[in-house]
Amino acid sequence: MLHLGTVLLKRLGWMALTLWVVFTVSFILMRIVPGGPFSEEKRIPEEIRRNIEAKYRLDQPWYRQYLEHLASTARLDFGPSYRLKDFTVNEVIAQGFPVSASLGIFALCFALGVGIPAGVVAAVHRNAPCDRVLMGLATLGIAVPNFVLAGISILVVVFWLRLLPAAGWGTLRQLLLPAVCLGAPYAAYLARLTRTSMLEVLQQDYIRTAYAKGLPGRVVIVRHALRGALAPVLTYLAPATAGLLTGSLVVERIFNLPGMGSHFIEAALQRDWTLEMGVVLVYTFLLSALNLLVDLSYGLLDPRVELE
Amino acid sequence: MAVGTNSPAPAAASAPAGASEGLSLWQDAWRRLRKNRPALVALAYLAALALLAVLTPLLPLQSPQLQRLTRHDQFQPPNLRPVRLGLDLAQVRALERELNELRRAARQAPPEERRRLEEELRQRQRQHPLDRYWNSPGGLTRWMLQARLWLFGDWCLPSLCGTDELGRDVLARLAWGARVSLVVGLVATLVSLAIGVTYGAIAGYVGGWLDAAMMRLVDVLYAIPFIFVVIFLISVLNEETFQQRLARYGIGQITIFYLVIGALYWLTMARAVRAQVLSLKHELFVDAARSLGAGHARIIFRHLVPNVLGVVIVYLTLTIPSVMLFEAFLSFLGLGVQPPDVSWGLLVNEGMRVITPIQTYWWLVLFPGLVLALTLWALNFLGDGLRDALDPRLRGR
Repeated sequence: MLHLGTVLLKRLGWMALTLWVVFTVSFILMRIVPGGPFSEEKRIPEEIRRNIEAKYRLDQPWYRQYLEHLASTARLDFGPSYRLKDFTVNEVIAQGFPVSASLGIFALCFALGVGIPAGVVAAVHRNAPCDRVLMGLATLGIAVPNFVLAGISILVVVFWLRLLPAAGWGTLRQLLLPAVCLGAPYAAYLARLTRTSMLEVLQQDYIRTAYAKGLPGRVVIVRHALRGALAPVLTYLAPATAGLLTGSLVVERIFNLPGMGSHFIEAALQRDWTLEMGVVLVYTFLLSALNLLVDLSYGLLDPRVELE
Repeated sequence: MAVGTNSPAPAAASAPAGASEGLSLWQDAWRRLRKNRPALVALAYLAALALLAVLTPLLPLQSPQLQRLTRHDQFQPPNLRPVRLGLDLAQVRALERELNELRRAARQAPPEERRRLEEELRQRQRQHPLDRYWNSPGGLTRWMLQARLWLFGDWCLPSLCGTDELGRDVLARLAWGARVSLVVGLVATLVSLAIGVTYGAIAGYVGGWLDAAMMRLVDVLYAIPFIFVVIFLISVLNEETFQQRLARYGIGQITIFYLVIGALYWLTMARAVRAQVLSLKHELFVDAARSLGAGHARIIFRHLVPNVLGVVIVYLTLTIPSVMLFEAFLSFLGLGVQPPDVSWGLLVNEGMRVITPIQTYWWLVLFPGLVLALTLWALNFLGDGLRDALDPRLRGR
């Protein structure tokens, strides 16, 4: 257990370092942008401008500003938004995060719920027509970018079949299409991955033993084979989640969802530096934390894996 | 594994025991690739696409940017109605002649007269049909466009893929967009190649604490959600004063784009190259080169790098689609290629923007989406095929 503790501590250290690197890069980017936040109001008399800058500590040397900024960020205070009146960055993130998180979770559930069974079915019926069809679909699903998929599915599902609403947020029906579009490439990839690793496992001796014992096929496949085949799938979860985070940028924008991704793109277009920095940091944190979780769970599920 | 003409490794030592006729890795790989039908189809498709993209200015396409704001031209579904370009070579020639005369007159005129003439010249030049019909083409493209006018004259293909919001032909925009999309994919990948190979080779060759530090940096960079940092970076670089400052050095927005994307996609390449170099650096041919007095730089770039080309090419084909996807993604969000340049991601974005509950202009989304997906799909297939063909572990099987 002590070993796990040191590993955890080390990984947390790396995570902090990563966050610090991202913070510093963002800070430098913000600093080299010409013109401060108050440079647009040209009418302000010099003294007042200086007072305002003193209030926000813009009159201090850059390293003081850096330290102050770092300290307040470490206290999870990302400061006021440059463009949105009456909002701090924290408030914007607090509003957007639940939307993005539920979208991501639904998409991940869709990817797992569709991808793994499809892979298992394809592996069991190897080279049969249903295997070919499923794998063809999977190849297509990997190649089609999610915004193209979203565009085509909006055309078909929303406007021709009129089954689902096009945009908006709040009900399950509104969440369905974005989650499917976001999750589809990952479902496709998971299906391919599950198929490959199932095929490998199905050739092993212990599967033959299980059949020889007279266990029904379903039990052998689900209990014996699938469990062994899931390890590579689990490893893929970390990059998949990272992809879901970035993919949600586009999907949120297409479906007009008020999530963090939409806010981030809006901030980038509006040049709202503080908001951009806050969102970048939140996403970096999420990504590192998820990587850590997946690595740890990998070690816990398969005792042969040595944590490094 | 020894490849390349520069490495003095004996070919027999590295070839598998059975292959006595002495196939090089490339011949062997090509033989293997030829058996892989999907990869070959993908290769043929990509070759055709590249050829089309190169020859686009010669093809009888409509203007990709000239706006025709009448009801007969806007939002037309795919059709076969004949269309005229409204421009022929005689017009271009006449204008060129006029411009030349103006230029000559300006050169001979007294100073105050010259300023007026130069101003007029500039105004006339802005009216140049080649610049108005096509987005200020460069020298070779200009020449090709004139050849197109000479070959086909006024005639052009009908709007086989429909027209967009501003009456522009989608087929022509797809063809011109292919040029931008493919060039971004290639150039950005080459940038990433240069960085990744150098970084990986140096880390692997030098080893020790430098290797550890360099690879730790790669680990840290891996954990960063790059798309966010890139968008941040691009939004900073898009700031007007910045653009002006960069434009003074002749760096356009699209150049920044190549560099930024390329500078981010080298991580995997660096890791792969390092691993290969680590396993190669104690081989005899490296010692031989060193005993002949070759310096470190020479050993790395003339002896080690040519030997890791197989791995490099595999990663190259797998990097191109992700870079192209990234470009499409950014252009789709309005942060990538800017109009009047066209790229496929931008076209999908334009198509998505005009979807309304009342009218669906399906051709504006379907065709760009289709070519983009097909190209990415082909690149992925080719990458997989090449990996199978070049992977030394599969050799002889």
